[in-house]
Amino acid sequence: MRGLRKTYGKTTAVDDVSFTVEPGEIVGILGPNGSGKTTTVECLQGLRRPDQGDVRVLGLDPRHQVATLRRRIGCQLQDAALPDRLRVGEAVRLFASVGDRRPDIDALLREWGLREKRRAPFGSLSGGQRQRLFVALALVNDPELVFLDEMTTGLDPTARRDAWRLVERVRDRGAAIVLVTHFMDEAERLCDRLVVLRDGAVVATGTPAELVHRHGGGLTASFSSDLPLPVFAELPGVRDVRRHGTTVEVTGEPAVVLRIGHLLVPTGHVPADLLVRQATLEDAYIRLVGDGTQDGTQDGADPPTRGDEPGTAVAR
Amino acid sequence: MNGRVLTESGRVELLLLLREPVTLVFALALPIVNVVVLGGVFGDQPDPTGEVFRGVGGSTYYTPAYISLVAASVGLISVPTQLAGYRERGVLRRMRASGLPVAAVLGAQLAVGLGLAAVGAAVVTAFSFLTNDPAPAEDPVGVVVAFLVGTVALILLGILLGAVLPTARAAQGAGVLLWFVLLILGGAGPPPEVLPDAMGTVGALTPLRPLVLALQDPWFSGSWNPGMLAVLAAIGAVSWALASWRLRRD
Repeated sequence: MRGLRKTYGKTTAVDDVSFTVEPGEIVGILGPNGSGKTTTVECLQGLRRPDQGDVRVLGLDPRHQVATLRRRIGCQLQDAALPDRLRVGEAVRLFASVGDRRPDIDALLREWGLREKRRAPFGSLSGGQRQRLFVALALVNDPELVFLDEMTTGLDPTARRDAWRLVERVRDRGAAIVLVTHFMDEAERLCDRLVVLRDGAVVATGTPAELVHRHGGGLTASFSSDLPLPVFAELPGVRDVRRHGTTVEVTGEPAVVLRIGHLLVPTGHVPADLLVRQATLEDAYIRLVGDGTQDGTQDGADPPTRGDEPGTAVAR
Repeated sequence: MNGRVLTESGRVELLLLLREPVTLVFALALPIVNVVVLGGVFGDQPDPTGEVFRGVGGSTYYTPAYISLVAASVGLISVPTQLAGYRERGVLRRMRASGLPVAAVLGAQLAVGLGLAAVGAAVVTAFSFLTNDPAPAEDPVGVVVAFLVGTVALILLGILLGAVLPTARAAQGAGVLLWFVLLILGGAGPPPEVLPDAMGTVGALTPLRPLVLALQDPWFSGSWNPGMLAVLAAIGAVSWALASWRLRRD
């Protein structure tokens, strides 16, 4: 997709958005509410007509070859349900009828843990079961590219982790995935590459690690020391030095922590309270899209200092 | 679009229709209540003055009118409720994104609605003959043609309602209200001749009146009513044009 632009009346939803997705890759699209994530995805799915830009999906133009395209992609849409009285097996049969081959519906339901729910109406399913059904429906015709739009919003933590495993299984089948999400831990865990949108424009792309490195603000080491601040500020790679009471806080490149050690050990003042905090994807995201005055509600649920989060190191 | 999409869409629409109690009550049960009430009140004695019932007996007058009510309940209640619900909950968007064309869904609703209306019409006609003594149709083919044209037109009108009304609840409320208004004013309740002038004029403008007349003419006299058939066809064509324009913009 190159130079995508879409306006609704006077509002420009997406302006000059470009990115690519390679086969077997999970690309995450991040951004605050209203940043154009869903519009971007809907242009790729052929649900909306871009005003400008060159969009190619699997070599097809969603504007003119939408029928062919939709047989080769799978879609999990945000806020799109099924009729309450439609049963699980019936839904799968209906969505399977689009494809040229007849898929093994029993096997699919078994794979996604829905076999015993085959005769259950959609309205009786739990949130996690609905998500599993939606993913199964997105996959029923063996798509080459799968769109998952906010698939874990509203799920409890266990169901979210189950959903992540599903996404990884989809990728393991060889499909490329475009994942729209609000959750940094989800993006970090699943995505090979990220596209960050703000106000309809791309503000950053790269692997999660690259984004953390480039935009996360670096590493912060804090420890007690009575040495004067300029001693630390002169170290190579240091960007910022502050003092809070007896605690010194040094921010900079990762190697800074070694420089500090090198400085302190010979003096015999080895601080017992050394705390090193690596920037997280959330830090990078907040720096990229702003302080979250227009968003941040979803992200606030995931404090950045949780010990089990990749990229967060707590050392003594 | 392959054939399997059409048969699966039809199957699903049929199952969902049969699981919707309001639809079945209005399409099958209420028209029977009408037969009992109106048949019980008027019997089949022609009006001695010849001013009401178009010169035929009450139950002869009402039997084609009952059929029109079945078509109206399918077209104005069940189809819009289902379609508005699909739009409200994103079902249509999900289907569209998965390569299930909206046209297949609408075609299935049309086919299933027509089927349900046919069953309802047969039931209500049989019931009318069982409980009363109406004269049989002079030209059954003309009645069937009027029924098909009229039901398709009302279902297309229902698709327009479903494409415009925001929620299933709104569609069901509007549909039920409309159905009762049509019942009272359209010629399937009190004879139009006894209505006050203003109500009679409104009744003549409802989409039910042309169907009632198009069904009654071949039934009573064996002659078709091409004017009313054309009005019905126009209602259907305009509704379809507006609905497809509205759905494309969704």
